[in-house]
Amino acid sequence: MNRPQRKRKEKLFIWTCRIATWTAVAVLFILLFHVMREGIEWLDFQFLDSFPSRKPERAGLKSALWGSVWLIGLTAMISVPLSIGSALYLEEYAPQNRWTRIVEINLANLAGMPSILYGLLGLAVFVRYFGLESSLWSGSLTLSLLVLPVVVIAAKGAIRSVPQSIREGAYALGARRWQVVFHHVLPSALPGIMTGVILALSRAMGESAPLIMVGALSYIAFLPEGPSDPFTALPVQIYNWAARPQDDFHGLAAGGIIVLLVLLLTLNAGAVFIRNKLQRYKS
Amino acid sequence: MFSRSIDHAVHLVLVLCVIITILTTVIVVGLLGKESFLFFQQVPVWDFLFGTRWEPLLEPKSFGVLPLVVGTLKIVFGSIAIALPLGLMIATYLSEFASTRFRSIIKPVLEVLAGIPTVVYGYFALTFVTPILRTLFPDTQIFNAASAAIVVGIMILPMISSLCDDAFQSLPNSLREGAYALGATQFEVAVQVILPSAAARVGAAVILALSRAIGETMAVTLAAGATPQMSLGFLESIQTMTAYIVQVSLGDIPAGGIEYQTCYAVGLLLFLMTFVMNVIGNHFINQSRKIHQ
Amino acid sequence: MNDRLTGKQISLETRDLSISYGDKQVVHQVSLKIPSHQVTAVIGPSGCGKSTLLRTFNRMNDFIPNFSMAGEIIFQGRNIYGSYSDPGTIRQKIGMVFQRPNPFPKSIYKNIIWGPKINGYSGNLQDLAEDALKRAALWDEVKDRLNDSALRLSGGQQQRLCIARAIAMNPEVILMDEPCSALDPSATARIEDLIQELRNNYTIVIVTHNMQQAGRISDETAFLYEGHLVEYGATKKIFTQPEEKRTEDYITGRFG
Repeated sequence: MNRPQRKRKEKLFIWTCRIATWTAVAVLFILLFHVMREGIEWLDFQFLDSFPSRKPERAGLKSALWGSVWLIGLTAMISVPLSIGSALYLEEYAPQNRWTRIVEINLANLAGMPSILYGLLGLAVFVRYFGLESSLWSGSLTLSLLVLPVVVIAAKGAIRSVPQSIREGAYALGARRWQVVFHHVLPSALPGIMTGVILALSRAMGESAPLIMVGALSYIAFLPEGPSDPFTALPVQIYNWAARPQDDFHGLAAGGIIVLLVLLLTLNAGAVFIRNKLQRYKS
Repeated sequence: MFSRSIDHAVHLVLVLCVIITILTTVIVVGLLGKESFLFFQQVPVWDFLFGTRWEPLLEPKSFGVLPLVVGTLKIVFGSIAIALPLGLMIATYLSEFASTRFRSIIKPVLEVLAGIPTVVYGYFALTFVTPILRTLFPDTQIFNAASAAIVVGIMILPMISSLCDDAFQSLPNSLREGAYALGATQFEVAVQVILPSAAARVGAAVILALSRAIGETMAVTLAAGATPQMSLGFLESIQTMTAYIVQVSLGDIPAGGIEYQTCYAVGLLLFLMTFVMNVIGNHFINQSRKIHQ
Repeated sequence: MNDRLTGKQISLETRDLSISYGDKQVVHQVSLKIPSHQVTAVIGPSGCGKSTLLRTFNRMNDFIPNFSMAGEIIFQGRNIYGSYSDPGTIRQKIGMVFQRPNPFPKSIYKNIIWGPKINGYSGNLQDLAEDALKRAALWDEVKDRLNDSALRLSGGQQQRLCIARAIAMNPEVILMDEPCSALDPSATARIEDLIQELRNNYTIVIVTHNMQQAGRISDETAFLYEGHLVEYGATKKIFTQPEEKRTEDYITGRFG
């Protein structure tokens, strides 16, 4: 093959790849545009403030919205300390041997386990065995288990990237291990850890399968007052509306999606903001 | 000394944290195992794995899981058929051809795509993709495998492209320079040098993406239907393993009955499939990381 | 070799010190006495064990999994390995400055006071910080920006900050592991001047691969070769009339 032919092939190839990339971007925008178009008409204050109803015009997101807020709050409270603690132990205290290798493989597999299996787990362990019924406790404990491996892996990465020289400097001043870990390693790793936490919580906020398994109902006409109350969540409500044949309910689903996406966007923007603030001393 | 005991206390607390993490896997396996064991006391394993009729709820009952597996595999292969070529092309473009500025714009876009919840994709499949498919192929049913496969493909696309991009980026520049110095074109370098050198990690990326596609639940539940069947068509309603589990939990199923146990048997199969793929995929990624460091 | 040191006060002493990592022995039966308020330099070619030796003095080698030692290191009348069950106590009295400046990613002020604080210092922290920074010849440059991030300082300033950080602990000995190797010549010169002043109040042990530096700033010099102490004596003598041939070869640049 001669040079001009090869150059033409090269040009074609680059263009194909370019088009592929633009296609991905286009898909995102088409999706967002479609959701906006279908859902915007349903978005009003009444929508945010009403409970679900058989009549589309009267249905709203109130219980689902509050349910999601409760869920994420509880999940964060349970999973964040547990996962940061595990990551600190695995990186700073545990000897690097066969057992830690096994734990690492374990974590990687748990992080890739389909979320519906966490739902089965939650159903059997929290709802049935511990008798927590279909309450916020069951939902948030199940989501915590789902979120845990992901945050541990992210936190381990952040802790690992703290330079060894900082630890040495601290030890050389006579510090004990817990002082080195909590005064230097953890603060340095915090921006990375926070990013991991927010990403994981974002994912949890969008999960519906495990919540359905655990019994998140879709006809909740009240707000939960405590963690033992039954609940519903945004993604579950969206699913229920989308699964109905009537177009009006599809419109409601789109409206719910817009609210969910806005919440996720806010969460992630908050993460970037926090991370920049925490990076102050790092330049 | 006070400080000494703090060290011990901290150590203890942190160990507890890890134990809880490990306990999860143990419980998952134990649970799936136990309920499946009860199930297999009533239904022979052979009938389950190789039976071609899945009807656990209505008489006459049949517990052959193959229709669900076929349904799942349709989604998996359909989605990979879309995501793999696109993902590879995007990764190649970002890694070898695009400017830094372009990369810094496109990478966040892909992250957003990856961060959209699966219900949203299910909705999109049902209300946008399916109508288009029905205009193009009038025989398409409202619930069909193609719609779900397309959307799952979009979902796993960012995963493939970012893992492959990482793989390409981790190759040393000296590799490229050697090829260019021999007068190769960018196409030749990308396809004949870069891609083969990163083959292990690309393979791992594919395996992990497949695992993700197998476990995908909400998009297929919304768009693909609840009809377990064995045909090879893509334009008809099917049911995947994950969608079946959701269907059962949406109904009123008494605990302890055989219908309840089918959830766990199917769940066990799902777990084994994704577990094996995750182990293999992660193993390859770790291996290549060690080599190139 | 040790006769000229009788009568002088000794801060640190090693007796037949041998160090191994697993099966590999890296330091062979080194006996040396470090006199107080002097600068003692440890020189030798790369890989001769000088950094390993230095790190044994404040038990930083404890962190290495297959580290083992034989012999004794006497400090304040006690064996560092053996009578002190908690290495942290040693490190409060024997400080260390590392090859690359390693300030904490915190403010200048917090860098200085962190060590004393966790070790229970009950006096005025601000006075302590000011004193330490003055002794490290850094006060004038940072007195108006104590709350700025330490990472904004130049390399030479960061290293002086690390020295101030070690001084704030009020140690008896300061160990320096090639402290100028990551710095430019003018920053190096400033630190060398500083070391000369510091010896009035502290005992300094400095490991360096730069012979001229050792010749400039130290009072005593120990020459290590492949883990063996080849020669140890007054710096002037080592550099002008070494007793051992290997010392002479190293000094004159025939190897290393």
